[in-house]
Amino acid sequence: MRLTYTLATKHKVKTVTVSVFRHAMIIAISFVILYPLMVKIPSAFMTEADAIDRLVRWIPTKLTLDNFKVAFQLMNYPKTFTNSLVLALTVSILQTISCMLIGYGLGRFEFPGGNLIMGLVLFTLVVPPQLINIPMYLNFRFFDIFGLLPKTINLLGTHWPFILTAITGTGLRNGFFIYIMRQCFKGMPQELEDAAYVDGAGPFTTFWRVMLPGAGNSLLIVFLFSFVWQWNDIFLSTLYLGGSLEYLPFALQDISQILYEGRREFLVTFQYASLLNNAGMLMFIAPLLIIYAVLQRYFIESIERTGITGF
Amino acid sequence: MSKRRSFGMTLRQKRNYVGYVFVLPFIVGFLLFFLLPFIQSIVFSISELVIGRDGYELNYVGLRNYYQALFVSPQFREVFFGQVRQMMLNVPAILMFSFFAAILLNGEFKGRWLARVIFFLPVIMSAGIVLQLEKYDFMYDVGRAGGFSGTGIAGTNLKLFLNELKLPVVFIELLVTAVENVSDIIRKSGMPILVFLAGLQSIPSYLYEACDIEGATAWERFWIITFPLMTPSMVANIIYSIVDSFTAGDNELVRFIHTTAFGGMGYGVSVAMSWLYFMVIAVILALVVAVTSKRTYYLS
Repeated sequence: MRLTYTLATKHKVKTVTVSVFRHAMIIAISFVILYPLMVKIPSAFMTEADAIDRLVRWIPTKLTLDNFKVAFQLMNYPKTFTNSLVLALTVSILQTISCMLIGYGLGRFEFPGGNLIMGLVLFTLVVPPQLINIPMYLNFRFFDIFGLLPKTINLLGTHWPFILTAITGTGLRNGFFIYIMRQCFKGMPQELEDAAYVDGAGPFTTFWRVMLPGAGNSLLIVFLFSFVWQWNDIFLSTLYLGGSLEYLPFALQDISQILYEGRREFLVTFQYASLLNNAGMLMFIAPLLIIYAVLQRYFIESIERTGITGF
Repeated sequence: MSKRRSFGMTLRQKRNYVGYVFVLPFIVGFLLFFLLPFIQSIVFSISELVIGRDGYELNYVGLRNYYQALFVSPQFREVFFGQVRQMMLNVPAILMFSFFAAILLNGEFKGRWLARVIFFLPVIMSAGIVLQLEKYDFMYDVGRAGGFSGTGIAGTNLKLFLNELKLPVVFIELLVTAVENVSDIIRKSGMPILVFLAGLQSIPSYLYEACDIEGATAWERFWIITFPLMTPSMVANIIYSIVDSFTAGDNELVRFIHTTAFGGMGYGVSVAMSWLYFMVIAVILALVVAVTSKRTYYLS
C-alpha cells in the first residue's frame, strides 16, 4: 500500500515537473518568435509623440491610423500589391502543377533512369542559385530560345523568366516540392492504381481520377510554400526584375531608405521613419498572416503526413 | 499480336514508360535552366565577360578570376570565411534547437495547438525583406524596447566564463554563437521542427511499448529508439538548413557576390566567387553524407 502510494506520488511529481518545464520553455521560445510582431503592431499604430517619449514602450497612449495611410501612399500600395500578388500567384500555381506532374512521374513509374532523375532533382536543390544566376541573367537578357530565334529578345523585367522556370520545375527550391509530391504519390496503395487499370483507365485517367484526389494535402503544402517563398523573394526578383519599384518588397525597401536617409522631400525624425517602416512591414506580411490564419490547421496537420522525414 | 510480343515487355513495364511523359518538363528544364547555365558558369569563371548590345563576348583568362577573388579583392576572404564559419556554427545550433523543440511539441499537452501555430510562424515570416529591414529599425533598438541586441554582452560574459572552465574551444564557440544568435536560430528552425515532428510521429508506438516491457528508462528509450530513427530527419535538416542559407537575407557572402557582379569587379570574378562557395558547400555535404550514411537507420 505504502509502496504504491509513493510510486504514484513520484509519478505525479514527475509529470508536473515535465509539464512546468515544457510550458516554461514553450512560452520563452514563443516570446522570441512573437517579439518582432509585438514591436511592429504597437509601433504601427503609435503617434510620433509616443515614439519619441521614452516612457512609452509597448502601449501607445493614442492610437492612430495615419502611419498606415502615409505608408500606403508612399509604397503605392494598390499597384505594387497587385503586381506582387499576380506574380506570386502565377508562379505558385504553375510550380504546384509542374511539381505535381514530375513528382507523380518519379513516384509511380519505374522507368530506366528514374533514380538518376531524382538524384538530379536533389542536385538542383543543393547547388546555390548564385552559381547559375549570372548565366541565367544573360540567357534571359539575350533570349533566343537557345539559338532558334534569329534575333535575341530581352525577357528581363517581364514575368517570363519566372514562368519558364516554374513550368519546368526548376524555380527556386522546386527540388523540394518535387520531392514532397514524389513522397506523397509513392505512399499511395498499389491496389488503388491496379484497380483503376483493371477498370480500363489509362495512365492519365488514373492520375486524374484516382491518384490526384488523394494528394490534396501535399498539393496545399507545396502551393503554400511556393506562394510564401515567392512573396518573400528578393533574390530572383532583384535579378530578373532589377529590383523594380513596381513590386511590393522593393517599394517597402525604398520607403525605408527614403525615410532613414532623408531623401527627397521627406526629412523626418528617425522615430517617425520607424513608425512608417513598421506600418509598411505589417502591410507587407498581412497577406501571409491572413493565409496562415486561415490554413494553419491544414498546414500543420498535413505536413506531418507528407512523409518528409528524411532523404 | 506477334508485334506486341516482340517488345518483350509486360504490360506494367510498358506502362512505366509513360513516366517519361510526366517527368519531361523537368528534363527540359534541367537541360535548359540548370545544366546549360551550370556549364556556362564554369566557362564564365575562367573568362572575361564583356556585355555588348545584342550579346556578350568571352575572353579566356585562365584562373585569373579565382586569383582576383582570393588574393586581390580586399574583403572577399574575410566575408567568405566569415560566412562558412557562421554556417558551420549555425547548422548544428539549428539542428539541436529544432530537435529539442520538436520533442517539446510532440505529445499531448494543454495549448499544443497554439504552441504549434506560433512555432511554425517563422516558416511564413522569417524570410526576405522584412528581416533585413528589422535590423536597422529604431523600434528594435536596445534602448527603446529592450531588444535582443543586448545578447552580445551576454555572449562575451559567457565566453569568459566558459574559458575559465577550460572547455574545448569548439564547444565554447558553438555555445556562444547560439546565445548571441538565439532569436536568429529560433526563427530559422521553423521548417526543421516540422521535419523532426513528422519524424517523431512516424515512430511506431509498439517500439516504445516493447521498450517499456523490457523496463528501459526514458533516457535509454531516447538513445535506443528515438535518436537512431531520427537520423534520416537529421540528414534532411542539415541539407535543408544549408540550402536555406543560400537565399537568407543575412547571407553576407551572397550579397557580396551580387555586388561584385553588378557593381564593378566583373561577372567573371563574381562567378569564380560563387564556385569557391559551392566547392566548400559540396565538400561539407559530401562529408555529411559520408559520415551519416552508415549511421542512418531506416525502419523497414
